[in-house]
Amino acid sequence: MSTALALAAEVRSGRRSAREVVEESLAAVAAGNGELNAFLTVVGDEARAQANAVDAAVAAGRDPGPLAGVPVALKDNLCTRGSVTTCGSRILEGWRPPYDATVVESLRAAGAITIGKTNMDEFAMGSSTENSAFGPTRNPRHTGKVPGGSSGGSAAAVAAGFTPLGLGSDTGGSIRQPAALCGVVGMKPTYGRVSRYGLVAFASSLDQIGPFATTVEDAALLYDVLAGHDPLDSTSLPSVPEPTLASVHDGSEGIRVGLCRDLVDGCSPDVAARVHEAADALAGAGAKVEEISVPEFAYGLSAYYLIAPAEASSNLARYDGVRYGLRVDGEDAAAMNTATRTAGFGAEVKRRVMLGTYALSAGYYDAYYAQAQRVRTLVMQAFDRAYESVDVLLGATAPTTAFDLGAKVDDPMAMYMNDVCTIPSNLSGHPAISVPFGTGDDGLPVGVQVMAPALGEAILFRLARVVEAHAPQVAGS
Amino acid sequence: MSDHEERAPGRVTLSREDVIHVARLARLDLREDEVELFTAQLRTVLDHAADVAALDLAHLEPSSHPIALQNVLRPDEPRESLDRGEVLAVAPEVEDHQFRVPRIGGEAP
Amino acid sequence: MSADWEMVIGLEVHCELATATKLFCGCRNSFGDEPNVNICPVCLGLPGSLPVLNEQAVELAMRIGDALHCEIRPSEFARKNYFYPDQAKDYQISQYDRPLNTGGWLELPDGFRVGVTRAHMEEDTGKLTHVGASGRINAALHALVDYNRSGVPLVEIVSEPDIRTVAHARAYASELRGILVATGASDGRMEEGSMRVDANVSVRPAGTSAFGTRCEIKNLNSLRSLGRAMEYEAARQIALLESGGSVDQQTRHWDESAGRTESMRSKEEANDYRYFPEPDLVPLAPDAAWRERVRAGMGPMPSDRRAQLAAALDGAPTDAEADQIKAVVDLGLDGLVRAAAEAGAPTSLALARAANEVAAQSEAGLSLSATTFAALLAMESGGQLSATQSKAVLGALLERGGGDPAAMAKEMGFEALGADTLSAVVDEVISAHPGEWERFVSGEDKLMGMFTGEVMKATSGKANGKEVAAELRRRRG
Repeated sequence: MSTALALAAEVRSGRRSAREVVEESLAAVAAGNGELNAFLTVVGDEARAQANAVDAAVAAGRDPGPLAGVPVALKDNLCTRGSVTTCGSRILEGWRPPYDATVVESLRAAGAITIGKTNMDEFAMGSSTENSAFGPTRNPRHTGKVPGGSSGGSAAAVAAGFTPLGLGSDTGGSIRQPAALCGVVGMKPTYGRVSRYGLVAFASSLDQIGPFATTVEDAALLYDVLAGHDPLDSTSLPSVPEPTLASVHDGSEGIRVGLCRDLVDGCSPDVAARVHEAADALAGAGAKVEEISVPEFAYGLSAYYLIAPAEASSNLARYDGVRYGLRVDGEDAAAMNTATRTAGFGAEVKRRVMLGTYALSAGYYDAYYAQAQRVRTLVMQAFDRAYESVDVLLGATAPTTAFDLGAKVDDPMAMYMNDVCTIPSNLSGHPAISVPFGTGDDGLPVGVQVMAPALGEAILFRLARVVEAHAPQVAGS
Repeated sequence: MSDHEERAPGRVTLSREDVIHVARLARLDLREDEVELFTAQLRTVLDHAADVAALDLAHLEPSSHPIALQNVLRPDEPRESLDRGEVLAVAPEVEDHQFRVPRIGGEAP
Repeated sequence: MSADWEMVIGLEVHCELATATKLFCGCRNSFGDEPNVNICPVCLGLPGSLPVLNEQAVELAMRIGDALHCEIRPSEFARKNYFYPDQAKDYQISQYDRPLNTGGWLELPDGFRVGVTRAHMEEDTGKLTHVGASGRINAALHALVDYNRSGVPLVEIVSEPDIRTVAHARAYASELRGILVATGASDGRMEEGSMRVDANVSVRPAGTSAFGTRCEIKNLNSLRSLGRAMEYEAARQIALLESGGSVDQQTRHWDESAGRTESMRSKEEANDYRYFPEPDLVPLAPDAAWRERVRAGMGPMPSDRRAQLAAALDGAPTDAEADQIKAVVDLGLDGLVRAAAEAGAPTSLALARAANEVAAQSEAGLSLSATTFAALLAMESGGQLSATQSKAVLGALLERGGGDPAAMAKEMGFEALGADTLSAVVDEVISAHPGEWERFVSGEDKLMGMFTGEVMKATSGKANGKEVAAELRRRRG
């Protein structure tokens, strides 16, 4: 499919109907989703109705919005009123929320068309989309490989050309890492920049919704629609966001780039090589590139795997069979809760819920949870120090290219290691983006990560555009 | 008043009993083989986290948020509630316009 | 209770705040509506929902803190995690380590001060109905949940264990209720559940200072239950200790009809609530300007109003008058008494009539005009009406919702007895009891009562007792 920017321009000008664009998207899904399992739910009738409404607006001379007629794939942890929302879990199989997430309303107001809900690791816990209760998603670049996770479905939908845009959520890297593995752009905003109202919570102090796209420009376009204050989210930043699309081509002249060794040295050599090439490209484009070390990042993984499960153990308590979702009967309410949760949750969710419960429990709170929050402070301070000498940081997104389906499912720790480069900016709440940059030795996509200080989305997209402009051409991309 | 009493810092090995205990707290039933597997897996994760547990960070405040907001408030004005029918339509069991659950074994904690 | 033992009492009072909407969402805060009509994603705990704090709830919580002489300080919300069907998220948002109000006190009418440890904000649960058998939780077959009350704002007020008598416990609850109503924070209706009292009771040998093991007593629906339950529980604990046993720390349920407390907790392990800071909310730190507005805006508390009434009397109040003052202020009738006094009525008479006759129809009393009341009191103190007649007219005025006292008196046949008529009646009574009259004349003063009674009977209560007595004395010489 064409880019979102191009499609929106065509629809807004009347050169192409939204209906036609949507039919193209639906046809692609129908042809390819059986193999990839990117979408769990396709809302064809609703999409057509939305497209008709956009076309009617255009015909009537009304502004149909900046994303008019553009098909979007939504991760299945975003509430869509009346449409099944499962979070990749048996416990919410068939559940239809009675309300829309704020971002879904924003998309609709911008004229975008929801094509369907995409597959994900159950409750966003995972790095491969193999933890879904509804089967894994396959990487469109190589169907024997994982697409990454937890937003693997949205990444795959965009990579496969089903839709030009996707939404995912990123708690420890769940947008950026699948973007890297699938060869698309994936971005996580500053914490609080995009409303979380209607995003089914995994780890409340880390979760953020963000865009998937095939180009940096498209990602900026989508980000600008999503960003902004929401009175329904107490953690939503009150300031008006700086638009990013207008400045995305401003280049990298004079910008100080810190090539972060801690986000490169532990990666496989081919991935590391691509990052170094990206650094060289930035230098060639006028940026001031220097190596920088932030050793505190090494503690991020452990801190994350205490904080996130702790918050998740509390956020997932509500799935108890009482008000919605799965119920498995029991002789009393407690037994019913237990039977329901035991049947409804997969192994990874159970693991993290227990880990989180343990980290919060009496006697262990200070050694684990509170300590992890101190590490968070440590990491935030380390970022602040780094940004005294550089404007942005550069590193790898994921330590390797896409691995085989099934390769890491039995080794949770190995799976968690996929997040080592992405976690630091979740802990700090800073924005970060993954940009496709060539391939590894196996021909699979590599993503290069750019990180910026809080509220630095404009400079983030600018740098990302330069990286993208210098990326090696990849066959089939 | 805090129930956050401290244990001795340092390496604490997760036991089977710990896993069974937290499973019960989290309303999860584990098969015997699951207890074995999860104990081993969680132990690995916690061992990995031992590097963090051992750090001397007493001089740092824990951060529960990456943002520095405070006093986010809303006016005391009514907003439309959900349609009761739509909500109860997806409830597992309903009686008299209420959510029905099996008998409750004890008083609220 | 025997003098060998001392009871130690702390009270925990949950107060529902009189806001228009719930604590974290815009659903109506309303008692008695159809089940589950005041619900939304937030108070129902739907996946993806987020809490946003109600400004008016904070205002009322601060007023409570100020009225209880607490320090209002920067605070934070925390999650209290436990599974229960009336808890929509299976955690309650409360305050733990850093509550809004700390370190205050409440002074009882007799001057005894009870410390207030804290008064923090938290959300209420839904309402459970146990179905089957007697509706009691132990015999129920299933339960129904109504979430209308879920999310209603509460302030939990915890006293220091300073109370040593049942009388003081009742006085504390009563005075606190008056304060909560005076601040506008609550309507104080224990029977509707807007004020709920739990008692922590322990005993220790008289004269010792170590605290004994305490039990928490719940389900106290009135001040009377509070008193009965504490007496029962103290006796139960004393009996246990005197027979060589020990008191188990537990929560006990007060059974009003059986007149005893019962242990409700099964042999389950103690609850580990795994408190941690609420990540979906940001800290609450009311600024100095807001705290000052609260302080400046506080109206008179019950103790101030009692003092105002006492000051309007001639000299210090007697014990009886002190009781009357308390009753009148409790019912909100002190304004009426003061206004009547300003209109010329004798204060102690206004006080007595208000505390008895008006109190009997207190609802109507609140709309009784002070002018009407003062006019009636003038008729009584001026001798046109006897006390008995005055009370009867007052009762009728209250029943009718007002009127003209003179017209009402005439309607009821209460005309003032003319001096001649009284004289004639006294003549008749004296001639009917010649023997007793001789004895009275020669000094048997106690016969005054008999003669007065006879005159009153003969005049059907229309005579003025004081005038009758004066006339009889005059005749005796």
